[in-house]
Amino acid sequence: MSEGILKEQFDSLEQQHDASRLGLWLFLATEFLFFGGLFMGFAVYHLVYPLGFAAAGKLTNLWCGSINAALLLTSGLTMALGVNAAQRSRAPAASRWVALTMLLGAAFLAVKGVEYADDIHKHLVPGAHFALANQPPAQIYFWLYWTMTGLHAVHLLIGLGLLAAVWLKVRRGRWIGAEGAATELTGLYWGFVDVIWIFLYPLLYLIDRHT
Amino acid sequence: MKALTYVGAWGALMAGFFLTLGLAHARLGAFYLPVAMVIAAAQMMVVMWYFMHLRVSSRLTWLFAAGGIYWLGILFVLGLADYLSRGWLK
Amino acid sequence: MNDEGNYLEAGHDLKSWLLTTDHKRIGLLYLGSILIFFVLAAFAAAMMRLELLTPQGDLLLSADYNKMFTMHGVLMVWFFLIPSIPSVLGNFIVPLMLGAKDLAFPKLNLLSWYLFIIGGILALYAIVVGGVDTGWTFYTPYSTTYSNTHVLTMAAGIFIAGFSSILTGLNFIVSIHKLRAPGLTWFRLPLFLWSIYSTSLILVLATPVLAMTLTLMAIERVWGIGIFNPALGGDPVLFQHLFWFYSHPAVYIMILPGMGVTSEIITCFSRKAIFGYAFVAFSSVAIAVLGFLVWGHHMFVSSMSAYAGTVFSLLSFLVAVPSAIKVFNWTATLYRGSISFETPMLYIIGFMALFSVGGLTGIFLASLAVDVHLHDTYFVIAHFHYIMVGGMVTTFMAGLHFWWPKITGRMYPEKLGQLAAVILFVGFNLTFFPQYILGYLGMPRRYHAYPPEFQVYNVLSTAGASILAIGYLLPAVYLFWSWRHGKVATPNPWGATGLEWKTTSPPPKHNFAETPVVSEPAYHYPPLTD
Repeated sequence: MSEGILKEQFDSLEQQHDASRLGLWLFLATEFLFFGGLFMGFAVYHLVYPLGFAAAGKLTNLWCGSINAALLLTSGLTMALGVNAAQRSRAPAASRWVALTMLLGAAFLAVKGVEYADDIHKHLVPGAHFALANQPPAQIYFWLYWTMTGLHAVHLLIGLGLLAAVWLKVRRGRWIGAEGAATELTGLYWGFVDVIWIFLYPLLYLIDRHT
Repeated sequence: MKALTYVGAWGALMAGFFLTLGLAHARLGAFYLPVAMVIAAAQMMVVMWYFMHLRVSSRLTWLFAAGGIYWLGILFVLGLADYLSRGWLK
Repeated sequence: MNDEGNYLEAGHDLKSWLLTTDHKRIGLLYLGSILIFFVLAAFAAAMMRLELLTPQGDLLLSADYNKMFTMHGVLMVWFFLIPSIPSVLGNFIVPLMLGAKDLAFPKLNLLSWYLFIIGGILALYAIVVGGVDTGWTFYTPYSTTYSNTHVLTMAAGIFIAGFSSILTGLNFIVSIHKLRAPGLTWFRLPLFLWSIYSTSLILVLATPVLAMTLTLMAIERVWGIGIFNPALGGDPVLFQHLFWFYSHPAVYIMILPGMGVTSEIITCFSRKAIFGYAFVAFSSVAIAVLGFLVWGHHMFVSSMSAYAGTVFSLLSFLVAVPSAIKVFNWTATLYRGSISFETPMLYIIGFMALFSVGGLTGIFLASLAVDVHLHDTYFVIAHFHYIMVGGMVTTFMAGLHFWWPKITGRMYPEKLGQLAAVILFVGFNLTFFPQYILGYLGMPRRYHAYPPEFQVYNVLSTAGASILAIGYLLPAVYLFWSWRHGKVATPNPWGATGLEWKTTSPPPKHNFAETPVVSEPAYHYPPLTD
């Protein structure tokens, strides 16, 4: 059965699997540094403009941010359980967990949409009609807020696409057991999306709440 | 890993989540930022260790996982060294 | 499964090249594409040197001159130097040296080339429709607010080409970890692989920060609001931090692979094992890691804090240590060796001289106080051209000649090769040494006119550039000729060690008839008799 999936440059499936896992971790290191530029910008301006950032940090939607944090942490659990089931070749369980993960991810995006609508309504978009027009640092804060959450949402959307592909295969009993590398790699990627929100949540919603 | 292990990890993550949220209202002032970042780093460890299966991965994978974080640390330490020391020279 | 013939004969139609996942063919696709970019970038350099023949700005308007140096910088850095040794020679040689059938992810490798081409086409489009005048560094707020040129298209091209670099680096790292032949332990690896591994670390860990920096710059340019504009409370120096966090390590992307080529060639043509293998191997890793700690030395005269400047200056001096270890160990390898001066070796000896000059003048520039005088002068131009051209281009030529028999199955004409190596060395020094003097005297970079007293050095430099051009054209002609008409090469024409020489020239599609087994350290040349 494993004949067809072993590529010619590898000697064994284990070696092939190990290589793809290492490759994905390296890719995640790249992604981490990609976001790192934004985190660095946030750190610098938080340091330079404590007051402006405090004024702006109070205006983000705490409810939406918190619900999303809980949703995403839980989706990390369902994804891990899905990968676990796939590794044990339990296709029905794996496809259920993957579907639940997709549902939680979609719920995150829905809440994010509601939040964005609310932000726009409150004139929190930098530019001509910005609510705190007299405070340039607040504008920098919201510029970072939109860029960081937007980029995270794009990553989450890509993750949903990957999950959909995995779900279609796992349902039919593919991509599990010995050929489960793709499922496992999608799980790693989803974990990364989770980790980014773990940092975005306190930075954007909490640290300036009571200063 | 057993299913219960994953659920336990999730419990720890949610505890961290409520702790971060609760402490935000505790008027810790400037101390809140480092505290929140430490909790977030711990949560990241839990996600990577259990959900991303580092626990059952090779040492080499650990090294690769740590690499990205370490290199980001370089950007932060040396970059912020500039901003933190800008006012020193009178 | 027996393959008929070598990799070049495995299909002749366009599809067999454009859809290939064979690392050797992808290496050749890169070779063809980077040569196009090299020619265009060299044309821009020629226009600049012609303009600088006279003190008046008479050939080009200053605006066009700005576009010329931007085109030269962008194309040379991202579309020639960075992919030169890693993507061309690395792609071809790394799996062969490992004793593997291919890289770990062959399809990803092909994707890298396509990303590179898409990025390249965008960059060329930006040049054709009017060019960019920001310089290759895209400093804000000029690039975000004031420049009326095609900054966005150019940045998009570099962004996409950056992902090509990341995927190539990732492929090399995983391959070196996972695809080594039986018996090929880390400390038996040819040093070229150590240097490619170190280079790949930089490609993977630094390039994403450039991607983010360019994204932030682009967003700011499109929406007019952002984080780098001082009028809105932003800090342009932050752009420089983020840009140089990538671009300084990127300078080492443009020299480390050349150092790897040097270790291969110097051992082969002195018939000796490398002196101090572990030192040379770890100095590559050390250069890659230290390279991330020194970016601030590009910013001494920005408004960066003087304390941070001092730290960056001290850290920059540290890079001299592993670099010097390499030069000393190469020299010690020559000692009592049986040295012969074939073309690759001539290039390498030239490289050692040029790299030493470039490296030592780097120490001048790392000194805080000296840099205040020399910053943004021709001294800086001369310094980094000694490393980029004297270092990387020279070693690229050396490696191309060294592995040419393996790549094509043909020998290049030896006498012409030696002549070309000498012409390159003479032309290069005549072009760039006067620029050290110009910089010391205070001539700033990036101007199309200058005071008449500088003319004599500029004329020398332009004369040197025309000799340098012959040094490039000559190999282009005879290498192309030798592909069809050169003497047929044996599997190992140099009597070199390394697994790439254990297969036929050119290699079969799957590299080796059977997986090789390694039982000796690297560079295990038979002992010399006096």
